[in-house]
Amino acid sequence: MIPELANLALILALCLAVVQGTVPLVGAWLGAHQWMRLARPLVWGQSALVLFAFLCLAFAFLSDDFSVAYVAHNSNTALPWYYKFSAVWAAHEGSLLLWALTLSGWSVAVSLGSRQLPEEVLARVLAVMGLISVGFLLFLLHTSNPFERLLPYSPDNGRDLNPLLQDFGLIVHPPMLYMGYVGFSVAFAFAIAALLGGRLDAAWARWSRPWTLVAWCFLGVGIVLGSWWAYYELGWGGWWFWDPVENASLMPWLVGTALLHSLAVTEKRGVFKSWTVLLAVAAFSLSLLGTFLVRSGVLTSVHAFATDPERGTFILVFLLIVVGSSLALFAIRAPVVASQVRFGLWSRETLLLVNNLLLVVSTATILLGTLYPLLLDALTGAKLSVGPPYFNALFLPLMAVLLFSLTVGVLVRWKETPWPWLRQMLWPIGLGALVLGGGLELMRESFHWGSLLVYLLAAWVVLGVVRELLDKLRHTGFWGVFRLPLSYWGMHLSHLGLVVCALGIVLSSQESVERDLRMAPTEQVSLGGYRFVFEGTQSIQGPNYRSERATLSVLDDQGELITRLYPEKRLYLVQQMPMTEAGIDAGFTRDLYVALGEPLGDGAWAVRIHIKPFIRWIWLGGLIIALGGLLAALDARYRRVFKTPKLTASEPAPQGA
Amino acid sequence: MNPARKKRLLIILLIVLGVGAAVGLALLALQQNINLFYTPTQIATGEAPKDTRIRAGGLVEKGSLVRDAQSLAVSFRVTDGLHSINIQYQGILPDLFREGQGIVALGRLRAPGLLIADEVLAKHDEQYMPPEVTKALEETGMLKHYEKKGATP
Repeated sequence: MIPELANLALILALCLAVVQGTVPLVGAWLGAHQWMRLARPLVWGQSALVLFAFLCLAFAFLSDDFSVAYVAHNSNTALPWYYKFSAVWAAHEGSLLLWALTLSGWSVAVSLGSRQLPEEVLARVLAVMGLISVGFLLFLLHTSNPFERLLPYSPDNGRDLNPLLQDFGLIVHPPMLYMGYVGFSVAFAFAIAALLGGRLDAAWARWSRPWTLVAWCFLGVGIVLGSWWAYYELGWGGWWFWDPVENASLMPWLVGTALLHSLAVTEKRGVFKSWTVLLAVAAFSLSLLGTFLVRSGVLTSVHAFATDPERGTFILVFLLIVVGSSLALFAIRAPVVASQVRFGLWSRETLLLVNNLLLVVSTATILLGTLYPLLLDALTGAKLSVGPPYFNALFLPLMAVLLFSLTVGVLVRWKETPWPWLRQMLWPIGLGALVLGGGLELMRESFHWGSLLVYLLAAWVVLGVVRELLDKLRHTGFWGVFRLPLSYWGMHLSHLGLVVCALGIVLSSQESVERDLRMAPTEQVSLGGYRFVFEGTQSIQGPNYRSERATLSVLDDQGELITRLYPEKRLYLVQQMPMTEAGIDAGFTRDLYVALGEPLGDGAWAVRIHIKPFIRWIWLGGLIIALGGLLAALDARYRRVFKTPKLTASEPAPQGA
Repeated sequence: MNPARKKRLLIILLIVLGVGAAVGLALLALQQNINLFYTPTQIATGEAPKDTRIRAGGLVEKGSLVRDAQSLAVSFRVTDGLHSINIQYQGILPDLFREGQGIVALGRLRAPGLLIADEVLAKHDEQYMPPEVTKALEETGMLKHYEKKGATP
């Protein structure tokens, strides 16, 4: 009974979404207040219904209702309750429901958090979000209904959750990622609303900015969590594989980063308006493309579970409608909103343009590498894959140029910066970077161009931030620190996070030591100044798996015990699927990572041992970047906006009178 | 030409050059880093290039897996039903590597029918078959046979 109610709720939600996507839009066009005012209650109603459906699915999982096909395929009575709950979004249908829920969550947030918006803008924004919601609810009901029943022959027990997903990572990674993906729909809706209204001004950028920031933070955290999960769960010790699905999440993030910077220019100086709109459309389109790539089964990937051409076609058509209609709208409306503001060569506008170009070009190269195999397959039938060297060869140099231009961008002023002033600001930073970066490289045992370059760039950025801060405080003295706005700190924090991340990447890839070897009990091996002693294995019974757990003692040079690691080889009983659980000793400056391969007889095992210096810095850097974004979003000026809209709202009235 | 226009022209020229260079580099890098997939039959008929990194895949032949007693070296045969190739690999095989399972190996052909692999992929799902392998089996008519077998274990 409950699944049927949930299904009914989804259908009702679809109906409300259709009304939400049309009536306020028409109302904004006609200037009918009653119609526009409908937007908010419709959002709330729709969200309540979607939430109800979601809770029903969660209830079906927790109460082991195997008459629901989706539950039967992804759960089992022996599964711990928290995995039962997170199994709601473990496969295709449920994760789409989570998508829809996240979308309605963002809609509610916009309807509550944007009371200062002019009525017609809010109506348009919520209507656009309603239209997106229509697309996804249709998709859910038409091709991927999570509430389909297996009646009358429902199984006694479920097929269990894919063991790879029985992990803390599943609980947090998809919701975070979806918050980011779907969050860009808000930026998209604001952009479309601005195009519809023909008012693409600084106010629009200011309204859109905090939402974009928050979505961007979530997406960043989602990517970090995914990378961390892959690192400890897949048993390869890798943290980024340039897998198409990883690319699918990185691309919207990169474009989102470009969008944030472009929004800053639009807000402060009123330029780049059309460009900003295009970026907002691109960020959301890439989020949809990511959903398409993951869900259509066109890719060879860990994430591609279901191959169903109908689903792929639906998302592809939806994607084409979204991109096509927004570009058409852009083509019709963009001339109306063109701007005429001049800026010099050495200005923040130029440098942010450089930032945007670099980010967009790097996104384009990733997109090319991701889609090229698909295109070629569709055109010629040839099967091929693009290897990580392609992505590294293009992405890393672009990021190096980005880091270099970052410092200049932080220092230059809006409009025009006198070159002599900039020069006297930059040369001490350059000199300091040479000394600091070169010194760091000399401290290493071996020389490597890549790490030298990253050290130099890291020092360059950090010193640039310090110099900029000192320059800000030149007139105010030290206590001026407390008067600087949050968004200022957010900006610097994110930039420093990027440096931390870059250092983590270069150090962990340059300095890591790894060895795959055969180890029999009591055998030991020395690696990177540590001694690993294989103590043997023992059998363990888990709630829904059997496990062979090995014990490895790690000793330092003096023979002192540092830690014991317990890597496991599990066999999940329902699916008869083996899984590797790595044994990791995490540290600020290094990770010790041990994973079991297969048993080789006589108690011996294939063992993979890694020592990964500074690998935590990669994720730490990612989190710092997101934290910076959050600080910026909390800046007081976005809450102060209260007065401005009243001004802008009353502005047209005298004109009309 | 007035200075402002000259400057704007310069900026546009720089952008075009930069984007052009980026696209050129991208295509070059792409050419050097694509790994084409070959079926065992294609390898047997000599279609696959030697000493270039390629992808090869099929079903692991039953009883073909041989392990070295002292190291992690393994060798096994991979078939698409018509032909098979020998694959040698040094290292840890993925969790789902099994005889009878579809796998994809990346490496170089050293001798006719011998691939020295540096990476072996098997996917993280029991029912999942790499698309390339599905295609290879389709071509030789092995797929139906395999699916029938899979349905009645």
